Amino acid sequence: MATWLKQAAAGMAFALAALLAGPAAAQADDGPRRVVSINLCTDQLALLLAAPGQLVSVSRLAHDPQSSALHARARALPVNGSGAEEVYLLAPDLVLAGTFTAASTVQMLRDLGIPVALFAPATSLADIPARLRQMGAALGREAEAEARVAAFHDGLAALPTAPDPRPRAALYYVNSYTSGDRTLAGDILTAAGFVNVAGEAGLEHGGTLPLERLIMLAPDVIVRGRDYPGQSRAEDVLNHPALRRLAGSRLVGELTDRDWICGTPQVLAAVRAMTALRMEQAR
Amino acid sequence: MKLLLGLGALCAALFVAALLSGQADAGAARSLAALLAGDGTPLSVVMREIRLPRAILAAMIGASLGLAGAAMQGYLRNPLAEPGLIGVSGAAALGAVLAIQSGLALRHALALPLAALGMALAAVLLILALAGPRGSSITLILAGIAISALASALTSLVLNLSPNPFAAADIVFWMMGSLADRSFVHVWLALPFMAAGWLLLAGMGRGLDALTLGEDTARAMGVRLSRLRLQLVFGTAAAVGAATAVAGAIGFVGLVVPHLLRPLVGAQPSRLLPASALGGAALVLAADIAVREVLPARDLKLGVVMALIGAPLFLHLIYRTRAEMS
Repeated sequence: MATWLKQAAAGMAFALAALLAGPAAAQADDGPRRVVSINLCTDQLALLLAAPGQLVSVSRLAHDPQSSALHARARALPVNGSGAEEVYLLAPDLVLAGTFTAASTVQMLRDLGIPVALFAPATSLADIPARLRQMGAALGREAEAEARVAAFHDGLAALPTAPDPRPRAALYYVNSYTSGDRTLAGDILTAAGFVNVAGEAGLEHGGTLPLERLIMLAPDVIVRGRDYPGQSRAEDVLNHPALRRLAGSRLVGELTDRDWICGTPQVLAAVRAMTALRMEQAR
Repeated sequence: MKLLLGLGALCAALFVAALLSGQADAGAARSLAALLAGDGTPLSVVMREIRLPRAILAAMIGASLGLAGAAMQGYLRNPLAEPGLIGVSGAAALGAVLAIQSGLALRHALALPLAALGMALAAVLLILALAGPRGSSITLILAGIAISALASALTSLVLNLSPNPFAAADIVFWMMGSLADRSFVHVWLALPFMAAGWLLLAGMGRGLDALTLGEDTARAMGVRLSRLRLQLVFGTAAAVGAATAVAGAIGFVGLVVPHLLRPLVGAQPSRLLPASALGGAALVLAADIAVREVLPARDLKLGVVMALIGAPLFLHLIYRTRAEMS
């Protein structure tokens, strides 16, 4: 290859790198400049807190309006499939992942010299300020994180208090799965003024609640998981006729994934929706 | 007659035991009272909407598989012919999965059993074409392996291509079969097709008896073999197709039951048919009780229990017929 061609290629590569890194360099002074998120929940936290240009890619689910509360904002960014190979080629200086992200992916990225920050899933509303602060520290955006934490506390304080008696509710997902009190979804239910029947069934953390046992618990309200695209036999249980035959139980509401699964201030939307449901139930 | 009464009593006892088996523990007397009362209490909803359709389906599916196995073995004069082993159940599962994943089953409820029936029909025709009139063991088993492999690969492919995040996990259900959380919707969906299949298969008794004396003798006795063949093809496709459409592929029932009952009926096909129907119902009811009593909180698949019972017997039968196969 002619020398000039090599030089031109090197020059172009340099220009490209500068172009890619450019906007981030202008914005974040002390934090990482090319951040890639490979987990839906770290996507949400990073979209909330990152400086313009700092976040360069989000996980594929972030574009799904059903799963991602900030999907509109996420659409401005390219998605990644959360695999080590494609994440490495994005040349990040920080990768954001969940503690349940495949350990092999995390280890591979670390072996390649890329720092990976791991975020544990929130299991209660109280975890959310901690996750916001952790993300703020990882991105060098502590002030923004504190502002979001304060707004979240205001939002919680503004919720109406629950009058007694508290209605008994069950969360029912695909494959007869339910969430117990020691989960984020269970905490949302409690904050909205319901008693979670999963506790009566001995499922503190959640687990399989066979249809028969759900019916025997006879909850006042059964909140079912969302409908996923396409069909599956696993979802049949959510439409079982027995759920409708139970006198005194109502099938209402929907567990909108985007508001329920990630520990972000977005859960306030789920709490408000469930609070409205409880007020309606009280009448 | 005595045998049929005994098997009928066994079915009835297992049916009641199946009604009393489940995660909600409420005592036999209270449970049965709630079943009859139907007063909207939680226990009566459990009994009427969950356990009753499940027990009815277990009996219906067992009868279908037992009957289809006995008829097929009588026609091919080969004890290894069984809807699950020769790929009919697997093909029916593929048909059901195609109907569900294409959305056809949502638009027309009957699309589900019809698609399963159609694919089962194709598999039976293919098997009969490959195995020939006498159904030698080696071609029967090899053709069965090929059809099963193709059907299960296509089923997995379709489910893996589905946009639904839970569809891929459904592969286990379609391959192993389960009655968990089925409802009366499934009973009514499957019953007309199964009943048609039962009628066709049950009417084969005299022809199959004559066939034990050889094809020429049977013809001389006035048996129309082409008609007998059509009865077998459509009867098996309807009964096994409908069973698989609602409960997935449950193997070995049609192998185990006729094998156990054959000595008791003097190896006479016309007596084996009704006995196998009752025996199949009893076996699937018992297996469905076992999956609930052994691992109550997990959805253990029926196919697991059936394979544990059936596979050793299958090996034994192959061992016995190895002279023919070599």
